Formats: sequence, C-alpha cells, structure tokens
Amino acid sequence: MPTKTVAGRSVEVTDEGFFENPDTWTEAMVPDLAKEEGIDELTDQHWMVLRFMRQEYQQKGQGPTVRVLGKTSGVSVKELYQLFPKGPAKVAAKIAGIPKPRGCI
Amino acid sequence: MSGAIEKVSIVISKGSIDGIYPGLIMANGARAEGIEANLFFTFFGLDAIHKKRQRSIKIATVGNPGLHLPTWLGAIPGISAAMTKYMNAKMAKLDIPTVPEFVEMISDTGAGLYGCEASVDLFGFSKDDFVEQMDSIITVGEFYDIAAGGEIVFT
Repeated sequence: MPTKTVAGRSVEVTDEGFFENPDTWTEAMVPDLAKEEGIDELTDQHWMVLRFMRQEYQQKGQGPTVRVLGKTSGVSVKELYQLFPKGPAKVAAKIAGIPKPRGCI
Repeated sequence: MSGAIEKVSIVISKGSIDGIYPGLIMANGARAEGIEANLFFTFFGLDAIHKKRQRSIKIATVGNPGLHLPTWLGAIPGISAAMTKYMNAKMAKLDIPTVPEFVEMISDTGAGLYGCEASVDLFGFSKDDFVEQMDSIITVGEFYDIAAGGEIVFT
C-alpha cells in the first residue's frame, strides 16, 4: 500500500491518493494536501466544504457527490467548481482525508 | 495516471428519456471527475435544451423492446404518459434531477452546451427557443474544433 508524508506524518493512501484511514487525517494536513491538488490559497468556503465532507462521512460513512454538496453544503454547484476546478466532491474528499465519494449523479 | 481521459464531447441525438439522460449523466460525471466536457444536442436531442419541450420529455412505449411491453399495449392512448410519469417518479425518488434542473446543473459545472445548427434549421427553431444555458448554436465543423483533443461519445 502506498504511503505519503503529509505535514511531517506518514499516512497510507490508495493508488489514487485517498486516505486509507480517515482517522489518520488532521486539519493541520489540509494546506499541504490542498497544494498537491493545485489549491494554494484556502478560503473560508473551501474550509466550509471540507468540514461538511468530514461531517457527512462521519454521519453516513460516505462522502457526498457534487449534486448532494450543491444542495446541502450551502455552496452552489457553480461555486464548488470554482473552489475545486478538478472535481469538487473528488478533490474535496481527497483533501478532507475521506474515501472517494461514489454515485452516478 | 497515463491514459486518463481528460476531455470528452458527448452527442445527444434522441429526444426520449432514455435518449437524453445517459448523455447528461456522462457529462455531469465527467465534470465530477475533473474531465473537461461538452454536450452537443442534435436532432430530437435538441428537446433537452428547448425551453418549452424540455419539461415534457417522454419514454417511447412503442418500438422500445427494452420495456418488455407488447406493442399493442404500448400503443394504447395514455400508456406512454403513464409510463413517463412512473419513470419520472422513480428517478425523483433516487434524487435524479429533472431534465431542466440537470441541464442547469451541468452548465454550472462548467461544461459547454451546444445546439446543432443543421437540426435547428431543420425544425425551424431559433436561439430564443433554447434555455439560457446553451452556449451557442454551432455547425458540425465547429463541433469538431471544440471536441479537438478529446474523446467523442455519440448517444
């Protein structure tokens, strides 16, 4: 299993770079993880989405899709793609240390 | 990740529920993966972005063997409408957006939405007949320019 060092700590990740174990993630890792995804500056809205992803994962065992994010996170689909141009649900899940959300819509 | 798909242009050519949704789902799914996506609506597929028609997309109950309905039954007046209502209710339950909502959402993802000029002329439509999310009406040559460097999927 691949590992990578984030904020000075070694964590196990999937081939795609998602955390194997969400419990090994800390908020202190977020800036480094975001940079890897091409996000240099984290705004309040980024944090809002990331915290929402964590919360949804903790409650439901799965991260939300873009559609669900757009309907429930308080950030619109348009804004989500501005915040995470390479795929909001996918990239936010990676930065939030949770598995890749599944779902077709 | 070498060989990953980075761009896709999807052609929607049919105007039924099962003709429109697959292309919309593929385009939306592409954007969710960070893949650049364009949608090209041609022939009856134009109904998906036609202001008045996009709210009344139906499923064919005749000539649609996938439904496993006898042809004579599918031809009875009201059957197509009833089947459409049933499908729409099932999709709503799964939180699949309606066609107008889906088109708006896909536009918000940053995907390009284009109408086919030949079809627009054929049906006697004009730009005003289409939803504001449509970027423009383009020729097939312009479509290939826009699709350059990516995959093309015909549905």
